[in-house]
Amino acid sequence: MHEMGIAMQIVDIARSAIPKSIPNPRIESVNLKVGKLTAIVPESLRFCFTVVTKDTPLEGARLNIEELPVVALCEECAQQSTIENADFSCRKCKSGKLKILSGRELTVSSIELAEN
Amino acid sequence: MEVKVVRRVLDANETMAQENRQMFAEKGVFVFNLMSSPGSGKTTLLVETLKRLDGEIPTAVIVGDICTTNDADRLATTGVEVVQINTDQFGGDCHLGAHVIRRACQDINLDAVDLLIVENVGNLVCPAEFDMGEDRRGVVLSVTEGEDKPVKYPLMFRVCDMAVLSKIDLLPHLDYDKDLAVKNIQTVNPNIPVFCLSTRTGEGFDAWMDWLKNAVAQKKKS
Repeated sequence: MHEMGIAMQIVDIARSAIPKSIPNPRIESVNLKVGKLTAIVPESLRFCFTVVTKDTPLEGARLNIEELPVVALCEECAQQSTIENADFSCRKCKSGKLKILSGRELTVSSIELAEN
Repeated sequence: MEVKVVRRVLDANETMAQENRQMFAEKGVFVFNLMSSPGSGKTTLLVETLKRLDGEIPTAVIVGDICTTNDADRLATTGVEVVQINTDQFGGDCHLGAHVIRRACQDINLDAVDLLIVENVGNLVCPAEFDMGEDRRGVVLSVTEGEDKPVKYPLMFRVCDMAVLSKIDLLPHLDYDKDLAVKNIQTVNPNIPVFCLSTRTGEGFDAWMDWLKNAVAQKKKS
């Protein structure tokens, strides 16, 4: 899903996070959190990232993708369940009244700058 | 040296979506985003819906496709105001984003509208990720698609407030397990109504119409 557009956006976010005080900054890695519900293909995203970072301060940077599980909180019995196989029911009481706590993230959490 | 960032990649769309939401609230417009795979029957459903509404609720429609105005032409036969967005101008986007909706609304007199329907680009993946400021979302699944579509595309069925199982008039000609399809929708999202209907014969159509009218009325009250 839009891995190229997302890669471009990640580069914009990473670049704008570089502290102005650092001369000739080089980003070694970008840390991304991707929830399992988002339809992102990590390999495709890494490929697109390599393409769009060429000739930028991010050229050669690693894209570290942390995949987050889908976790839901049951609004009936307060049990937290990890959702698998698209079965959105509470593990304990089978209720469908769930609040999704994680699984939809697409967040740049941090960047790693090279020590100069 | 690690620099904390914590920025959502789709921030820009989410910010615009909230601005849209605010604008629609101020104008008293109920916005419904209808999504599905290509060919599930969104346009046909909407044409029949608009015919049955027959002006009862002042309505406008925004319809998104990569190319052609075919859907807008069909919807315009019902007499409502229709704006067609062709995403090939934006690079062939496979979904409608909040900024595109905002721009399309410039061509609509929102003061004269109580219901704005957005017929999204046919795609079960991307539209689910892009909030546009709508009040409710619906997904159409037809009986000519696999019963397991909901579990293959869980995010779409998860973000929707209702589902339509369309083309049920074809069931006698298919080896299709309707109950399994409904069960799969309810596995992914136990909280949403599923309207099994046929636009062609009208079977099951009233329940969907009632849901829509009720949803519009609820917004007017609030």
